[in-house]
Amino acid sequence: MYLRSDDRGPQRNTGLALRMAVFGGVGLALFAVLFFRLWFLQVISGDRYLAEANNNRTREFRVSAPRGSIVDRSGEVLVDNRTSLALQVNPRKLPPKEATRRAELGRLADLTHSSLRRVRRLMHEQLTLAPSAPVTLRRDVGHYLVYYLQENQERFPGIEVQRVFVRHYPHGALGAHILGNVGEVTEDQLKERPHHGLEPGDEIGQDGVEDTYDRFLRGRPGVTRIQVDAFGQPTRRGRLVSKPPVPGNDLRLSIDSDVQAAGESALALRGLPGGFVTMNVHSGEILGLGSFPTFDPTDLTPPLTQKQVDLLYRSELAPLQDRAIAGLYPTGSTFKLITAMAALNTGVITTGTPIYDGGSITVGGQPFQNAGGASYGTLSLVRALQVSSDVFFYTLGQDMWNTGALQRWAHLLGIGRPTGLDLPGAATGLLPSQRWRNRLFKRGETDRPWSVGDNIQLATGQGDLQTNPLQMAIAYATVANGGTVVTPHVGMQIDDTAGRVLREFEPRPRRRVHIDPGYRAAILEGLHLAAQEGGGTSYHVFGGFPIPVAGKTGTAQRPPNPDQSWYIVLAPYPNPRIVTAVTIEQGGFGAESAAPAALEILEAYFGKRSSGEAGPNGGSPG
Amino acid sequence: MMYATRTRRARPEPFAVRPGIAERLGLPYMDAALGISAVALAAFGAFTLSQATLHDVPGSPHYFVDRQVTYAALGLVGMYLLARVDYSRFRELRVGIYTFLCVSVSLVFVFGVAARGSRRAFELPFFSFQPSEVGKLLLALALAGFVIDGARRGSARQRTVRYLCLGFAPAALVFLQPDLGTALVYGAITLAVMYVGGVRWTHFAVIGAGLVAVVTIVLVVAPAVGTPILKGYQEERLTSFLHPSEDPSDAGYQQNQAGIAIGSGQTTGRGDRATQTRLDFVPERHTDFIFAVIGERYGFMGAAFVLSLYALLFWRALRIVTLSKNSYGTLVAGGIAAMLLFQVFVNVGMNLGIMPITGIPLPLLSYGGSSVLATFLAVGVLQSIHMQARLSQKGRFAW
Repeated sequence: MYLRSDDRGPQRNTGLALRMAVFGGVGLALFAVLFFRLWFLQVISGDRYLAEANNNRTREFRVSAPRGSIVDRSGEVLVDNRTSLALQVNPRKLPPKEATRRAELGRLADLTHSSLRRVRRLMHEQLTLAPSAPVTLRRDVGHYLVYYLQENQERFPGIEVQRVFVRHYPHGALGAHILGNVGEVTEDQLKERPHHGLEPGDEIGQDGVEDTYDRFLRGRPGVTRIQVDAFGQPTRRGRLVSKPPVPGNDLRLSIDSDVQAAGESALALRGLPGGFVTMNVHSGEILGLGSFPTFDPTDLTPPLTQKQVDLLYRSELAPLQDRAIAGLYPTGSTFKLITAMAALNTGVITTGTPIYDGGSITVGGQPFQNAGGASYGTLSLVRALQVSSDVFFYTLGQDMWNTGALQRWAHLLGIGRPTGLDLPGAATGLLPSQRWRNRLFKRGETDRPWSVGDNIQLATGQGDLQTNPLQMAIAYATVANGGTVVTPHVGMQIDDTAGRVLREFEPRPRRRVHIDPGYRAAILEGLHLAAQEGGGTSYHVFGGFPIPVAGKTGTAQRPPNPDQSWYIVLAPYPNPRIVTAVTIEQGGFGAESAAPAALEILEAYFGKRSSGEAGPNGGSPG
Repeated sequence: MMYATRTRRARPEPFAVRPGIAERLGLPYMDAALGISAVALAAFGAFTLSQATLHDVPGSPHYFVDRQVTYAALGLVGMYLLARVDYSRFRELRVGIYTFLCVSVSLVFVFGVAARGSRRAFELPFFSFQPSEVGKLLLALALAGFVIDGARRGSARQRTVRYLCLGFAPAALVFLQPDLGTALVYGAITLAVMYVGGVRWTHFAVIGAGLVAVVTIVLVVAPAVGTPILKGYQEERLTSFLHPSEDPSDAGYQQNQAGIAIGSGQTTGRGDRATQTRLDFVPERHTDFIFAVIGERYGFMGAAFVLSLYALLFWRALRIVTLSKNSYGTLVAGGIAAMLLFQVFVNVGMNLGIMPITGIPLPLLSYGGSSVLATFLAVGVLQSIHMQARLSQKGRFAW
């Protein structure tokens, strides 16, 4: 029996109509929801989703750009690149499970003829230095290993072989302090303006000219965009856009690698900490600049072992410190040039003013003696410089003790102030003055106010003075060139990869100082006699050197340490082109170690230019 | 009904000398819009598959399309044959149908082939047959029979409980396969048949409260106590739309990717430049997430077109509910209408990120023989109800 429509009561029928109306209404509402949602997704926010979809399917791979190379003034390569296959572990991509991770690293250790313990230790060491960055297990891995890893990729998740550019130093440690090193950009550096656009893992110069001229040397990394599927696998014909990397430009330094090598070996020969600088007195171009002990810049490229870290960063010898520009030393008698300039210009003496040197003077009850207890009798400036009479300059220091003239001239010539050098890490130093000491005294940081004794000390480069070879070289250069305070620099020009000169660096002089030609002549004559006339302080070193020079010894007292040896020489006399300043900690008298070292540098410089004139030993008596 | 009469075209007189070919095929008595929308959806689905799965099976670019078109053709034939049968006979066969339903969904536990951790289908020579799909239609047919038959037996409360139990038994079997999505469809059909069958509003209120309680227990209480009822992946899929994820192996990630795919289609679609669905970002793109493919490839125009076809389908089904010549037809049509609405809303909602992932196929579009066949057969039953209504108005039976 079928229930016909007429079986239903009228009440049931209206009930059904209501129910169907509700049913239809619900259906309408649900379809409306779907339509609205569809419209919202596609029409309203379609742009956003399209961008997301595009972002989804593309992966950007950065292609690192080779850094420019660094050459010396004659084009000799000091730093370039070599490619290296580096075996890296990306800790973020390692399997999360400890056991599988262990097994994988174990397999890897077997492959690299290492042990799991060593791999773990390496990872631990590097991850404490740079958390979450890829850990380089080995550089320069062989091709066989690379192929093996690529064929068995699924067994080694998180293990990557990267073709990386590594800095290469054909001359080893030569110029290490100038060149500096490159390293991964740090988190703090990323926030700085010059490093915009860099990404973690990018390398930038961290010290030396690699740092100063980073923006020229660093190229622009290229980008390869690849279409990938949901599993991150590149799709067929998936290369979308490719921006090739732009290699960095080359930097030409003013360094003369022969001079540089001579200076470094001269210091190394003495085996004592020290520094040297050789500079063109007219342009401020630095021909050589070095410090001992030095280091091998390749040691600074990761992976660093703990031993290397200790040696580089924790050693008392501080091999990373550039003593030529960051040293803080008294200068001994080399300061007398400045004292002479101050005294002449303030009218304390003329070039002919005689002063009696009886071997010592007593000021305020305190005796000041000549070194070695010598007595030179009555002498004027030229002779005083030749024999380095301390009493003569003690007297000048005494005469100027409260006029500030000595400080004013030292300041003018660049002592205790920034030099404008294009290398990081230079020290400003300290020029002791009446104001400085009196302020310290007021604050109770010293036991006495400024006294005559302080100025007498300063006049001969002793006491509280803190400066370094570079500042002294600038002061000597200023006198030698007639009053131009040059800006020292090692960067000379930027060449592009095709060898075209993009930019030349000729920094403007810091300032000009009026120097009376007569004063200059007298001072240079005194220095010349000191170096190359009998009775001069460094005659036994430079007496046989064929090129006329003007040089001054210095012996800085640094109790409780042995004396520090200084020598600053201008050459050739009477119109010097270069100045060389050498200091050797604990090197004794100036003529003992610093002067011979300076001689070796000059031999390298002049030997190259007139090899017939001066032999390799240049007639040096040792 | 007056409305329907007005719009009907002039029909040939009954007992005309020689009825035309269309008359003999019964076409004038069928619902043209219903048939056309169903065929259009199947055709659009096959077209989408043909473009989206070109590279899915190496060496056989038309693997999915060929099969889908075959199933659709079979379904079409089935639809026509069912349309020519007087559905009212199924009411007499309700016990047999119900028994067959329960037995067939149970047999997969014994003979079924396992796929992805669940046994849902029999392996037949040409394709694997999933009895739970056709079971949806069988449930509607049987349950409607039981409702009509027991309309005067027992109290209203007893009747409600009886219907619920009848619907719950096959749903539970399907749930155990496990196939949560289809079990939910069974639930929707059961409730719809009861609803159209006149179960009191108050009873629905109680059922609704019960459902809320069950969901709370299943999703919140049971896992907290430590005796989870759902399998881990089921629970994750159900709740993932609430927390999109970045993990590619995660259900939330997949749903998020489907949303991105649809959104990136914008108004006119990306055509062959579609990347989300082509590069495997959207999983199951030929089955559960085919709507995302349509959304990305053909944009709002294509997706809205498909939705409109479904709306048309649903409207025609609803119309047939009111048109039916008897209560049995009303209830069956109601169950089928609810089945279509539920599946479309849950599947498209899942693609659009507003419904949980339940593994319910999109009727007629998702790849899958059983689903396509079952949907066409359901449309066939609707056609039959429509045809009987028209014929009874003419005072004539089909045969």
